[in-house]
Amino acid sequence: MKTEDLISMLSTNVEVVDHRRVGRNIGMAVVAGAAVAVATVFFVLGPRADLTTVGTFIPSLLKVAFTVIILVPASIYLIRLTRPGGERSSSVALVALPFIAIMLLVVLSLGFAPGSHWKATILSDEWLECVISIPLIAIVPFAVIIWAVRQMAPTDLARTGAFAGLVAGCLSATGYALHCADDSVPFFALWYGGTIALCTFAGWQLGPKLLRW
Amino acid sequence: MAANEAELRALMRASLAGDAAAYRTLLSRLSANLRAYYKGKLARIGRSATEAEDLMQEALMAIYTRRHTYDPAEPLTPWVHAIARYKLIDHLRRTRASMADLPIEDAEELMAQDDYVGTESANDVTRLLSELPDKMRRAIQAVKLDGLSVAEAASRCGMSESAVKVNVHRGLKALVASIAREKRI
Repeated sequence: MKTEDLISMLSTNVEVVDHRRVGRNIGMAVVAGAAVAVATVFFVLGPRADLTTVGTFIPSLLKVAFTVIILVPASIYLIRLTRPGGERSSSVALVALPFIAIMLLVVLSLGFAPGSHWKATILSDEWLECVISIPLIAIVPFAVIIWAVRQMAPTDLARTGAFAGLVAGCLSATGYALHCADDSVPFFALWYGGTIALCTFAGWQLGPKLLRW
Repeated sequence: MAANEAELRALMRASLAGDAAAYRTLLSRLSANLRAYYKGKLARIGRSATEAEDLMQEALMAIYTRRHTYDPAEPLTPWVHAIARYKLIDHLRRTRASMADLPIEDAEELMAQDDYVGTESANDVTRLLSELPDKMRRAIQAVKLDGLSVAEAASRCGMSESAVKVNVHRGLKALVASIAREKRI
């Protein structure tokens, strides 16, 4: 086919296009993913007992706050990455900072606790459930986000996939925090941080396969 | 033609607002830049001009189907360049060429040269079009090839106006996908 013919085909009856669709659709996918994650925790695992009493509400709120602190910059970065060349206009440091801050908190809190208590706080009864649940709950939010990103045009597929995984992992961890009864900071940092990192790694691996256009 | 970012960006903005003439001008100018870009890159590894023409057409279609990802607040050149480079890398990966000889480049490089001498592309759109579902094929034929308005196309095809729009949109996407699929084989 001649290129002239292609051009005249593409430029006949051009429809008006809304460029705000990118932010809106990715944002909607993140909100839908959050709803799915919270619903899964409420209806499958069940929220932790006494979520409404001050003693459990405040620590749960803190855990949710931590995941949201990572989630918000990660989502903004993801929106940028879905535009061609978006990987050039932003820095990973923005998203890495909250992560590093939480890890510093852990080191500090471990430093204050006597060494014999480390094992008890990190390997409490809940760790295995946490490690299995967060990646499983993240699957549906991840699929929703990937579906939305596929409507766009990311040009760094591995990095975009990693951020889709990071956002899905954060959404899942946020929901899981409403179920998990362990409020110690080292536990939270290691197992929540670890599983979110695992989701990010999975997204990084899957991105080039799922996001090609 | 010296590439003029401001001029191209104004054309793109008009296109996003539905100005077909601006879009035709924009695509024709970008096609010259893309042709020169791909010919240069592919010639270096001993590939033909036809291959460059195919790749250029694929990039043009991506610029069309993904145009909602352009942010009018940003310059146009880096956006077009990112698409052009993505399609080049994807093409080289698909055809198993080494990417070691593709150096890091500046977005300006794309606009630095142009080439208006087209080669016939191997993409046979007429045949691929005939393989599309009937509704999509008729909608594209009416709106994109015969140049009817959406309302005229709706009465000719016996569909509602929104069905015509949806079928044109889906049909073009399917067309792009089938071209990409053919190349992978």
